Amino acid sequence: MMAKPAATAEQAEVLETHAPAPAGPVKKLGGPAIWFDERIGLAKLGKASLRKVFPDHWSFLLGEIALYSFIVLLLTGLFLTIWFKPSMGEVEYHGSYQLMRGLAMSQAFESTLQISFDVRGGMLVRQIHHWAAILFMAAMTAHMLRVFFTGAFRKPRELNWLIGVGLLSLGMIAGMTGYSLPDDLLSGTGLRFTDGAIRAVPIVGTWVEFFIFDGEFPGDAIIARFYMAHILLLPAILLGLIAAHMALVVYHKHTQFPGPGRTEKNVVGYPLFPVYAAKAGGFFFIVFGVLILMGATMSINQVWLYGPYNPAQVTAGSQPDWYMGWVEGAVRIMPGWESHWGPTTWSWNVFVPFAILMGIFYTALGIWPFVESWLTGDKRPHHILDRPRNAPTRTALGVAGMTFYGLLWAGGGNDILATQFSLSLNSVTWFLRFAVFVGPVIAFLVTKRMCLSLQRADRERVLHGSESGILVRSQIGGYSEPHVPISVDEAFTLTQHRQYTPLEATPTEDEHGVKLKGPGTVSGLRAKLSAWYSGYDVAKPTAAQIAESHHHGDEDTPALPH
Amino acid sequence: MTPEHSTALATPEDEMLHPVLDPGIEEHVERYSDADAAVGDRAYKQVVLCFGLVPVLAIAFVVVYFAVPADFTARLLGVNWHVHSTLLGLTGGLAVLLVGIGAIHWARQLMNDTEIAEERHAASSSDEEKNGFVEKLNAGIADAGVHRRGLLVSSLGGALGILAVPAVVTLADLGPWPTAAVRRETIEKTIWADGVRVVNDNNWLPLKASDLEIGQLVNAEPENLRELHGAAYHNAKAKAALIVVRMDPNSIRIPESRRDWQIGGILAYSKICTHVGCPISLWEQQTHHLLCPCHQSTFDLGNSGVVVFGPAARALPQLPLRMDAQGYLVAQSDFTVPVGPSFFERDSRNDFKDGDQ
Ligand code: HEM
Ligand code: FES
Repeated sequence: MMAKPAATAEQAEVLETHAPAPAGPVKKLGGPAIWFDERIGLAKLGKASLRKVFPDHWSFLLGEIALYSFIVLLLTGLFLTIWFKPSMGEVEYHGSYQLMRGLAMSQAFESTLQISFDVRGGMLVRQIHHWAAILFMAAMTAHMLRVFFTGAFRKPRELNWLIGVGLLSLGMIAGMTGYSLPDDLLSGTGLRFTDGAIRAVPIVGTWVEFFIFDGEFPGDAIIARFYMAHILLLPAILLGLIAAHMALVVYHKHTQFPGPGRTEKNVVGYPLFPVYAAKAGGFFFIVFGVLILMGATMSINQVWLYGPYNPAQVTAGSQPDWYMGWVEGAVRIMPGWESHWGPTTWSWNVFVPFAILMGIFYTALGIWPFVESWLTGDKRPHHILDRPRNAPTRTALGVAGMTFYGLLWAGGGNDILATQFSLSLNSVTWFLRFAVFVGPVIAFLVTKRMCLSLQRADRERVLHGSESGILVRSQIGGYSEPHVPISVDEAFTLTQHRQYTPLEATPTEDEHGVKLKGPGTVSGLRAKLSAWYSGYDVAKPTAAQIAESHHHGDEDTPALPH
Repeated sequence: MTPEHSTALATPEDEMLHPVLDPGIEEHVERYSDADAAVGDRAYKQVVLCFGLVPVLAIAFVVVYFAVPADFTARLLGVNWHVHSTLLGLTGGLAVLLVGIGAIHWARQLMNDTEIAEERHAASSSDEEKNGFVEKLNAGIADAGVHRRGLLVSSLGGALGILAVPAVVTLADLGPWPTAAVRRETIEKTIWADGVRVVNDNNWLPLKASDLEIGQLVNAEPENLRELHGAAYHNAKAKAALIVVRMDPNSIRIPESRRDWQIGGILAYSKICTHVGCPISLWEQQTHHLLCPCHQSTFDLGNSGVVVFGPAARALPQLPLRMDAQGYLVAQSDFTVPVGPSFFERDSRNDFKDGDQ
């Protein structure tokens, strides 16, 4: 069968460069374009990038949502800085929100009320800013899951994965410092938590606490310090990391899902100019527009209902923003373990679910690409994405991780769960204490089974075609359902992936009894883990098996179309 | 190069792995908007309509900005709407959204939708480039003269490294150092002291033993808190906040050592949770349990404040109370242990443990 002719960028380029005079509305560059070309080689730049190809898939939009909500954060944040006063100095409120007139509060809270009630559009922008923060984190998380489950983090993209993990953790801190700024009762409660969590760190905790808060909690420095971090330090780092992230995407070119004509050597999709630019640029306006509409119609963080911070009060049912929920849940369901060794206190009940958990979580994410390639022995570059079923152990681990995260997140709302479902708070908490360990194991086993079943179904489909849904009664009275052949495009898509043979242990000593080490050797442990990781795949059909099944073709095993 | 460390994009071996040969990019299927000029024209009008509505909405936005009173609220669907902000958002949001919808509609319906392929290149450099790089590197090293004078590089490295020390030292004033002496005056101390009156946190009136009924809980503060302002006030309040309860003395356990810390079943506890420091607020009269709203640690005030559930590890510190000459509740001293969340240097050997006498 012949490959169908397809327009390639090369051919397009040939037309553009060798045609005597370009055919089209633009006959030659002139005016400002020439001015810039003579200074920065604009035409060279444009020629290289204007028709750069981007593959299209809905899941590739998740990262774009994150990028665009970050831009919205910068724009709306800039507006807020014009009026916000990052000071804990005490003032009496005289603004236009009646219920708080005459109350003592910090300037930070006063200026937040001012932005909300006395600056036209201020309320809207505050709400957009907060919704954008929530969407930023949600989109980043979903984007990361997409990258994980499709194996897009594999060589050569490990560095971009690491940058992504950095963005995720810094985004969380940016959000946390952000919602601490208004100095209302809820943000003060969050700060109290931060303070308690920091000082619980063994050995250095109290020092870090005193250094961050300039002494005791709450002091009068923390808002100004968080403000610096929130509007300068963190956005600058985020911006730098995002720029690097984008640059690497351009350098590596985007990955693509498997399909006919999609190979490791090409990228199939739409050219940057005009299709991708219109789609991506248009999508920015959609994300921005939706965020504005959310800010217009869905109130969020109504600080005037909570009131100014008061260290002796707390709002009932206080909840942090969603992206802190899993840490909150871990802190809630952790048993009250503390060691009192001599004159010291080791606060495991806070240190473990806060610092240790986050440390483990981000470290595990960060090292995963390297662990996986150690398990498979695969050092090749990959540009074709995995269908999640074809990496069953990875997919199962991912779902186990999501289950763990989800259960912790549920723990962050254990009081809400208890009241909503009329359960006792103690039983919800006790259930979760076990479920966070058992749940992921079950999720792992179930997911892996499902992946393998899907692999089996793919194999069947390639060998025997798809069910036609038509029942046929034969002459002797039996019923059967004839299978219809699947297209060669689909057959290719279902069989193009690589299947790994688990690594075999290499001898540990050579014939002279000298220990063998170094690259190329595989320890017994690594071989075992490798077998666990990639030893269960349902073998995809070989060319011979496909030919065989077609050769003996009855209605059940139709030939592939040619 | 071994296949283990190959940087090539695909090897012949890869091709052999494909039991079904690559059929090439699928045929382009025409869209309705290409096949039927009327459909195409409709899409064209829709795109222009989207863009055309944007100026209308932008003008509406400006009109709302100036014409609608900013403090105008209206009740609709059971919600109080801040009308100015909502209308600004609706007009502005729709305008922005329409730009996006128009552009994407244009791209999907009217722009050429033939997918094209572009070649990938390996991320790595060619051997030639690598060799060229090494050559230039060596030329530079030779020019720098470092292989004859080996100390140049190591002394520069040391010099640069040591610069981190002064840089870090400049941060030493980020906050006071929590030495033992500083801790004793800050996180290990509150403004409670012998004779300080217990006042109601709402109205600042001093509490009298006779005012409290059995089962009642009052949020309280030390009277001297009012002398403080600003950060000093907040810092003091964040540690001194108090809970005063009256329970039936026969229904609670009062250990021998704390017999004279209470007056007829009136006890005072720190309001600051020993977990991470939220002010505790939810009181269950029947069980004498006090629940922290933050992470649901539960303390038994009928048993010297020990933890009965949740992530907190230590009993709530109890404040020794007595009555002054006028019958008002006053403290006998500061708390006997530091209040609030744990810290590493905290000596937690003297906290009350269930069963202590
Ligand atoms: C990097 C991502 C960012 C995140 C995740 C984020 C998140 C947040 C959050 C959750 C709040 C609380 C909002 C509220 O309820 O009012 C906030 C407040 C604030 N943010 Fe951001 N922000 C980001 C970037 C920025 C930038 C770049 C600026 C300025 C250039 C900025 C300026 C502000 C200001 C001034 C406030 C306090 C004003 C107020 O609460 O009304 N933010 N931020
Ligand atoms: S602060 Fe009270 S339970 Fe966590």
